[in-house]
Amino acid sequence: MNDSDNQSDLYAARTHIYPRSVSGRFRRLKWGVLALAYGVYFLLPWLHWEREAGGDQAVLFDLVGRKFYLFDLVVHPQDIFWLAGLLMIAAYLLFFVTGLAGRVFCGYFCFQTLWTDVYILIERLVQGERPARIRLAKAPWGPAKIVKLGLTHLLWLLVAFMTGLTFVLYWGNAPELVQQFFTGQAPFAAYATTLFLTTTTYVMAGIAREQVCTYMCPYARFQAVMFDKDTLIVSYDAQRGEGDKGRSKLGKTLKTKEARTEAGVGDCIDCGYCVQVCPTGIDIRNGLQIQCISCALCVDACDTIMDSMGWERGLVGYTSQRKEDTGVQARWLRPKVIGYAAVLVVAIGLLGWSVSHQVPFDMTVAQERQPIYVRLSDGRIQNSYEVKLNNKTNKTLTLRFRAEGLPEGADLDFGQFTEISLRPEQRLRLAAKVRAMPKEFDGHSHPFYLIVEPQNAPELQPFKAQSVFYVPEK
Amino acid sequence: MADQNQGKAVQTTGHAWDGDLQEFNNPLPRWWLWTFYATVVFAVIYWIWYPAWPIASSFTKGIGSVTYQANGEEVTTHWNTRAELIEEMQTGSETLKQQEYMKKVAAASYAQIESDPEMSGFMRSTAKVLFADNCAACHGIGGAPLKLGLYPNLGDDAWLWGGSTEQIEQTIRAGRNGFMPAFGEVLSDEQVEQVASYVLSLSGSSADMAKAEAGKAIFQGKEGGCYYCHTESGKGMHSQGAANLTDQIWTVADVPGAVDDAGKLEAVKKVIRGGIQRQMPAWSGRLDDTEIKLLTAYVNSLGG
Repeated sequence: MNDSDNQSDLYAARTHIYPRSVSGRFRRLKWGVLALAYGVYFLLPWLHWEREAGGDQAVLFDLVGRKFYLFDLVVHPQDIFWLAGLLMIAAYLLFFVTGLAGRVFCGYFCFQTLWTDVYILIERLVQGERPARIRLAKAPWGPAKIVKLGLTHLLWLLVAFMTGLTFVLYWGNAPELVQQFFTGQAPFAAYATTLFLTTTTYVMAGIAREQVCTYMCPYARFQAVMFDKDTLIVSYDAQRGEGDKGRSKLGKTLKTKEARTEAGVGDCIDCGYCVQVCPTGIDIRNGLQIQCISCALCVDACDTIMDSMGWERGLVGYTSQRKEDTGVQARWLRPKVIGYAAVLVVAIGLLGWSVSHQVPFDMTVAQERQPIYVRLSDGRIQNSYEVKLNNKTNKTLTLRFRAEGLPEGADLDFGQFTEISLRPEQRLRLAAKVRAMPKEFDGHSHPFYLIVEPQNAPELQPFKAQSVFYVPEK
Repeated sequence: MADQNQGKAVQTTGHAWDGDLQEFNNPLPRWWLWTFYATVVFAVIYWIWYPAWPIASSFTKGIGSVTYQANGEEVTTHWNTRAELIEEMQTGSETLKQQEYMKKVAAASYAQIESDPEMSGFMRSTAKVLFADNCAACHGIGGAPLKLGLYPNLGDDAWLWGGSTEQIEQTIRAGRNGFMPAFGEVLSDEQVEQVASYVLSLSGSSADMAKAEAGKAIFQGKEGGCYYCHTESGKGMHSQGAANLTDQIWTVADVPGAVDDAGKLEAVKKVIRGGIQRQMPAWSGRLDDTEIKLLTAYVNSLGG
């Protein structure tokens, strides 16, 4: 059974990780990012925004009304291609940043990382630091263990529930929805979504944790494509750490740099701090590994030790393959990075242009085909049209109509309406008729424009829609 | 559980064949197994709740039920998609919204419907369906019959029975009986041609003026008596459904479809000889008041 060792690796059960806490510049940066991300995520649904129509929530995804409200921008179903633009920008931003600085997204911005961070914080606040948690896990079941583990899971569930509920609030009026939610009157979809996200948050951030990064996340698999020798990676300086004879604990005789150099050992005192703080449970000293999410907590850990020893920082730090191999500083400007940046700039520019040139309202003119024309008692020909209007601005528009391109004497009739008042987000269908003597047309169908002119919005251009006036051949 | 397994060889079931052929024991992960059990539980609940098992010529009905109204009575049946659709059509949010709007329209006057863009939009889209179901067989979709001469075109501006909303509503409610006697046996062929010439001249078509002059005498005199209904000026009477002969619209005689003057004359002569027998049925028993109101407003909006 020579394969049995490999097999047991393949089927090896997971070793639970108890990350130790650490403080330092990257940890502070990560707390900052976390506070910002949580602040935006949890508070945004509650941000009030004055709007003439469509709810007073700054960010509201109104599926029923088929509109997305983002501050002063209203996204209509026909603007859905913006989503493609946004996704493209997100993808290229990811490529760009990854090509330049490695797994920045994984380490600092990924919600899996952020939520796991908070879950580990809760774990530490309730159960204590790493050794205490390991002791508790090994301890036999008893009241203290039940209370501590129970409280941890309860708090985890609470965070998970808040996460799920907050997500739902983006799709409806937040205060009203919360009230409905707790009185049992919210839509089924709200409960289902909350339950789903509560469960997934709890499972992913509380239980699965680093397994998400290692086994589930596709990004962990394809990020290698964007890496090159100049990409920033978190790495252990093996030459400095190991010396000629490897790393060594401090011991009694190896406390000073001089003594260590003499003994041929490097600067690494083998304290294991960098391993203990790692949320994915790897040893960075074994080199770059797929599990590494570049969160740089090991950098903070090693810096803390180096500071206490009075030695230079950077035994574990950000570097690049090129720097490691040749000692030459990484180049920032590379064709690949410039390429990503160029696509990114173009995509942002296009999306920005498209958003700022959003058409303020839609008008379509459809000619009635049954009957295509009617002969009136005075010999004139009448065509009927259905005009659809959709006000996409957030003010009430007063609209007047006129036709352009019809011969003299032709008559445009909107029934009772000389002026239409269109509320924000209101859609209307109007019937219009055009009448004219057939001899004016030479027996040919005649293209013309229907023009709608906003009376109370000088900033808006008149809007044109083309249609045809049909004339029978005799 | 996890830590102890590490480093150990994979367990076998303990069975051995031919001395050394063994079977690995790699059970499914536990969460996988529990998911399987959960699907079993789901299936059992499903069988109980919904119609599920075929039994000879019948099937288990399930304990889920749907309640809906049928002919004024409440019907409760076992859950099925057809009953669910009926229920949705009666109590669904869209249905309730439509019913509410129907009430609003029922309470409004014709002038209010026409001057409110939202209400007139609702009127058009709802009445279009009613029109297609009830009226289009004769009057055509959009009010234009396929063949001239059979039924009046409702899209033009000539109204045989009057074009006010009251008159249109009356037409739909009680129906109309359009009748013009046949003159083929009363008048000679020559007289018919003379009257036809006069009728054509009324609307400005080219006609033999001598014949038209003779035809005028018959039209306005006792012999033809056409003026009883069509009036002396030829403009017709709404109360009789008599056509206006001075305009460009021909609802029965296919004058616009004729290729030359002789054809036009023949088309008019045919009507004078044969008379007209047309009937519009009454709809008051088949449509309710709101539906008739919607149709009236719609037909009114079709005509110029």
